[in-house]
Amino acid sequence: MAERPEDLNLPNAVITRIIKEALPDGVNISKEARSAISRAASVFVLYATSCANNFAMKGKRKTLNAGDVLSAMEEMEFQRFVGPLKESLEVYRREQKGKKEARKDKDKKTDSEEQDKSREEENDDDDERMEEEEQNEEEEVDN
Amino acid sequence: MAARLSGGGGENRLVSLPLSRIRVIMKSSPEVSSINQDALFLTAKATELFVQYLASYSYKHGRGKEKNALTYSDLSHTAEECETFQFLADILPKKILASKYLKMLEKEKRDGEVGEGEEEEEEEDDEDEAVGEDVGS
Repeated sequence: MAERPEDLNLPNAVITRIIKEALPDGVNISKEARSAISRAASVFVLYATSCANNFAMKGKRKTLNAGDVLSAMEEMEFQRFVGPLKESLEVYRREQKGKKEARKDKDKKTDSEEQDKSREEENDDDDERMEEEEQNEEEEVDN
Repeated sequence: MAARLSGGGGENRLVSLPLSRIRVIMKSSPEVSSINQDALFLTAKATELFVQYLASYSYKHGRGKEKNALTYSDLSHTAEECETFQFLADILPKKILASKYLKMLEKEKRDGEVGEGEEEEEEEDDEDEAVGEDVGS
């Protein structure tokens, strides 16, 4: 793999917070346990991705989609996740739609300089749009 | 940056794990070409649910003496015993004392068995003494 080991790890602070939310108050987590869970989470992502990819290939698609991930969860015996995931997905889609509309509104209101920038954003592929959506949160605050 | 509910209060996030990092991990898989945005979100969210499930399950079923802590041994025990988490068995091996491991090797030699495949061979005696690659330090 070309990536360094750290790149395949998830941020410790976030992992710790998620663990704490799942356990009763006052329960400690050893550093070793936290690190082990973090590694397990990375392995989970890889396993889920590989599994989802099998479903995509079965459907002769090159792009992993939501259905593939949900099928992967069932395959991996995490059916319990499917319901909550579907609900979250609905919220996420609404949120993304809202952001897209907010950007379009901005286009109409702002001057030409910003219009050019937004048009560039629209032309980028999914990958970069994702990153810019994350950056956009800060742009919205500024406005 | 985490994806969050628009207009929501500080802690009211839809997902906390960074999508960009999840994406890096997913892309490290050689057969994967591209990932739709929804699939990325779902994988991140599923990973959070997984972390919660692994932590709470291990805490409930842990055989550790401490009731107020989640330890490594609780986790490796879960990986061994629970079928759903068995895919983690290799990365969460059980730890035993070096002295115990050495005694095990001696016993295997005495019993006339070639002690190469610790985990491949299903021996009844060894069920309780199942050991991973690591030796506790």
